[in-house]
Amino acid sequence: MLEAQGLTVFRAERLVFRDVGFSVGPGGALVLSGPNGSGKSSLLRLLAGLLPPAAGRVLWEGADAFTDAGAHARRLAYVGHQDAVKPGLTATQNLRFAARATGGSVAAALEAMRLGPLADLPVRLLSAGQRRRLALARLAFSAAPLWLLDEPTIGLDASSVEAFGALLSAQRARGGVVVAATHLGLPLPDAAVLQLG
Amino acid sequence: MSLFVALLARELRLSVRHGADTLAVLLFFALAAMLFPLAIGPAPETLGRLAPGIVWVCALLAALLPLDRVFGADHEDGSLDQLRLSGLAPPAIALGKALAHWLTTGLPLLLAASPLAVMLRLPSERLPVLLAGLLPGTLVLSLLGTLGAAIVLGARRGGVLLPLLVLPLAAPVLIFGTAASDAAAAGLSPRPHLLLLCAVLALALPLCPLAAGAALREAE
Repeated sequence: MLEAQGLTVFRAERLVFRDVGFSVGPGGALVLSGPNGSGKSSLLRLLAGLLPPAAGRVLWEGADAFTDAGAHARRLAYVGHQDAVKPGLTATQNLRFAARATGGSVAAALEAMRLGPLADLPVRLLSAGQRRRLALARLAFSAAPLWLLDEPTIGLDASSVEAFGALLSAQRARGGVVVAATHLGLPLPDAAVLQLG
Repeated sequence: MSLFVALLARELRLSVRHGADTLAVLLFFALAAMLFPLAIGPAPETLGRLAPGIVWVCALLAALLPLDRVFGADHEDGSLDQLRLSGLAPPAIALGKALAHWLTTGLPLLLAASPLAVMLRLPSERLPVLLAGLLPGTLVLSLLGTLGAAIVLGARRGGVLLPLLVLPLAAPVLIFGTAASDAAAAGLSPRPHLLLLCAVLALALPLCPLAAGAALREAE
């Protein structure tokens, strides 16, 4: 379903990685692992279409993924290492734009990451882990077949990791693909591992 | 289209949260304009002749103030990535940002221009021409400013670079805008100058978002 061939990325003249390839089928998961600076985040940004590759191709169901940038953006959900939440807005207000973009209920998404009681609090009052859960709650109403996650569970407590695991299993059960970079170990049984660096 | 409206709603909700930004723009506008009577003296005929130019220059400088936050805030917290992946084309994001900048900066400046011009002893019959010029003028400034903000995104010291980039581009707006007021003062028709301003707007409206969109695609 998602296939990459010969990917090469430079950051300001420095070669980050070269000739990276992999293939993930429906319901599959790929864990990116490697030391700091080995290019895990760059690879995720590349797969999201946010960073152009210096060489190589990304294929989605056999066709070049980046020929139609808008279509590619609609079939993926990306959670970067930043939470992309606004401290001045409430949890509900933060999710409203994403809800409009993907369709779905904000309340249900907050409930999926157990943020229901915090829905109307300004985000600046939330802890780092709670903000991370809010960032992950975007995934709950995403029907996108491709999830790209950069250190998704950083700062999460055990029960939140469990709630997040349920989201991941649901995504894989409906045939979606998960690509995640992590140092912590994720609730992704039988995931393939891509070693970078 | 509904996504574009949602983007606009998001921007306006955020700027209501950060209402102090708009207030700072207006206070800067008023304070900068108040320096002129202090510097050149309160003689009504001198002030009245310079008033349109003073209002234009101060509005231009005030509109620059919030520009580095247009994309900067979203860039820093990762929201810009989410916007780019929302399915909205980059030029549409830039257009939404420019429109939001105008609604929260250009429009308040336009409303504040009348009392300020009166304070500067602009004869009241010349006020409509000034405002008629400021309307397309502030729109062009928002479009140019958004373009500049997209270009300096991710650059070190982008906030310093931005005015250097935008001010030369804004020169035609200033020239046509003040020329309209001068023509009115000399008893001529300000129409050609106002039409030229509208032509600049007609040019900037498609070109600036397109160029800003291209710059957004390159942003790291």
